[in-house]
Amino acid sequence: MTGKNLTQSAAFLALRAAAIITLAVLFIIIIYIMSNGLRHINTSFFLQGPTSMGRDGGIAPFIVSTLYVSAVSLVIAAPVGIGSALYLSEYSKGGLPVRIIRFCTETLAGIPSIIFGLFGFVFFVVSLGMGWSVLSGGLTLACMVLPTIIKTSEEAIKTVPDTYREGSMALGATKWQTIVKVVLPVSVPGIITGIILSIGRAVGETAAVILTAGSSLRAPVSITDPGRTMSVHLYVLTMEGISNEKAFATAAVLILFVLGINYAANKTATFIRRKV
Amino acid sequence: MKPAITIKNLNFYYRQVMALKNISIDIPANRVTALIGPSGCGKSTFLRVLNRMNDLIEGTRIEGKILFNDTNIYKDMDLMKLRKKVGMVFQKPNPFPMSVYNNIAYGPRLHRKISDKELDGIVEKSLKSASLWDEVRDRMESSALGLSGGQQQRLCIARCLAVQPEVLLMDEPTSALDPVSTAKIEELVKDLRDKFAIIIVTHNMQQAGRISDYTAFFLNGEIVEYGATREIFHRPVDKRTEDYITGRFG
Amino acid sequence: MRSHEKWVQGILFILATTAVLTVLAITFFIFSEGLPIMVDRGVTGFIGSTRWEPLSGSFGILGMIIGTIQITLGAIALGVPVGLACAVYLAEIADRRLEKILRPGIELLAGIPSVVYGFFGLSVVVPFLREHFPGNGFSILAGSIILAIMILPTVVNISENSIRSVPGDYRSASLALGASHWQTILRVILPAARSGIAASVILGMGRAIGETMAVIMVTGNVTKVAGSIFDPARTLTGNIAIEMGYAAGEHREALFATGVILFLIIMVLNFSTTRFSRKAGDVK
Repeated sequence: MTGKNLTQSAAFLALRAAAIITLAVLFIIIIYIMSNGLRHINTSFFLQGPTSMGRDGGIAPFIVSTLYVSAVSLVIAAPVGIGSALYLSEYSKGGLPVRIIRFCTETLAGIPSIIFGLFGFVFFVVSLGMGWSVLSGGLTLACMVLPTIIKTSEEAIKTVPDTYREGSMALGATKWQTIVKVVLPVSVPGIITGIILSIGRAVGETAAVILTAGSSLRAPVSITDPGRTMSVHLYVLTMEGISNEKAFATAAVLILFVLGINYAANKTATFIRRKV
Repeated sequence: MKPAITIKNLNFYYRQVMALKNISIDIPANRVTALIGPSGCGKSTFLRVLNRMNDLIEGTRIEGKILFNDTNIYKDMDLMKLRKKVGMVFQKPNPFPMSVYNNIAYGPRLHRKISDKELDGIVEKSLKSASLWDEVRDRMESSALGLSGGQQQRLCIARCLAVQPEVLLMDEPTSALDPVSTAKIEELVKDLRDKFAIIIVTHNMQQAGRISDYTAFFLNGEIVEYGATREIFHRPVDKRTEDYITGRFG
Repeated sequence: MRSHEKWVQGILFILATTAVLTVLAITFFIFSEGLPIMVDRGVTGFIGSTRWEPLSGSFGILGMIIGTIQITLGAIALGVPVGLACAVYLAEIADRRLEKILRPGIELLAGIPSVVYGFFGLSVVVPFLREHFPGNGFSILAGSIILAIMILPTVVNISENSIRSVPGDYRSASLALGASHWQTILRVILPAARSGIAASVILGMGRAIGETMAVIMVTGNVTKVAGSIFDPARTLTGNIAIEMGYAAGEHREALFATGVILFLIIMVLNFSTTRFSRKAGDVK
């Protein structure tokens, strides 16, 4: 073997090692949390409320808050995001306004969550008087996930072949009819993937939510009630040293949730690939 | 004279497809050999067999022998040593996105530690051999991508020369160039013939006639006819060769 | 029909401006809350001072700026080599089996909530450091380790894309000159992909600087400037998240001012990535 070949083998070994280290880290995190968390999870953990600040009992109200806040954020962000994507890909003819919109979408994607938290706090919670509530939290999260939805929807819409549009227009359909009847149905799986990923982000978010939705122990009923999401609960349990067991259990639920989200997103993505 | 490369009973497969069939020829040293034939006839594939560039494509397989310096290049020769000795110029000029100087210095630096002074010498000599020196001597540090297409192609030739090859493979080196640049490259090929065996794939019949000493006519993965260019062009033995050369097909 | 189309286009345009309005609103509110105290204290009293004592009215955030830089550099130093190596592995030499696990694995890393990373850091990394190194484990190093893991997906994905977009011509030219695959990667492909790789590092940096929960759970959050990587430190994000819950008046304004600085840093980084990705290509 020549020196060159030897160097190459050594280098490729190092690259492979990096890949394996990355996977090892992932597996260590997941296995560590699952092995410590799953044994503290049972049906009552899902169905009961917490007692003594979360030292005992379950996380039912936090699951409710999580779903509630995420739902509010998506009900707002999905139509706005899909609408923006439609404008950008179907209607706009380029130029300055579009450049500004794209630039701001990218900027929004780069803003740290704590800044969203500060903004949500001063704007929704204080200025608009919504208080710490599911609504404030949902609106703040909607701002955060908006770029994700715009980007994934736009990519999905771009994959629709122009011949489809031309075919529809040639039959006398208006642009909007073409979008509703042809473009959207074809791009739905891609759009759904984006929405699923956004749910993942909304569920996992902590910094922005703690400043806007509060951290009430009770399950929110009205949209104006405060609520504590699972991520916030995990944070409080850990930082205030309330219960290590419950923290592991909550972290395990969050990991399960992320696994589910990734699985669902990949399934819809595969579905698209099969269809095209 | 001893041939530069000897090919014996070469078969080449791309997955199930047999792309080259039973090819046996000697490539002479210090001569220009042109490979001609219609698109998809296997001439470029054949060229890439000679420096094993086809190895990069998955699912390729080879049978037979290719001897270079009495060594079977698919068995007993280090791949990188082979490619150093058998240089290649591509259809589209592909200089690296680096300075002119670093493009030429790239090859020598790969193969051994080398002093700056020696490298300067190699760079200058290679550029002179590729008749590019006068055009680029004042812009050695500027990007090679700023050169014209013809200059880029001559730079790529100089880049090959810098590693002192014994054989130069050229895959339609002028097909992306204008007539003036083409003429310069053809001139260069004639000059370089004294030093190397040159194998050139070309679509351009006149070009093959102008610059080559020997010509091989490929059709459907086989060599129909191989011999001195003058013979092939004026007294082709095979009817198919005659048809192709006189422009009746392809 | 025509007027109906006009309406649709108008409505979609309004929806599309939401992103713009949001950015404007965020900028406006953060600055209007944070600027007054910055102006009042001046550059020296705010950015130039390491004294953060809200009770006595000292709001110097230099310590947090330094803490953020220290932890981010640590994360880059640990995460970028591994991430870049993964990217090269995936783009150039991956065998199918490992690739099939690695890709979804990296997606999964990107999906794990930051609070879970923080929790993992607190339960595993911090105790480990406490046992084997000086200090109590809550440290710059702990923050850097966790952030290094968190920025991996960003670094891997963007670097891999830029490596893959290097024209195949360069690869062929290099190999045909007798270069080994590794020499080709090192001397042609990586240099040609360097602007994209730089962008991935900057975006990774942005992610590290902006990360909040994972960091406050492992870094100890003291306002004193750390002297070693085993010392605790506080970041800009940590400063806001920890004290926002009970801050009022000037104190709250100072936290918004911290947000202003954070916002500006992130904007500068974002601008520089767009610049980097715009001038693609040339290797000198």
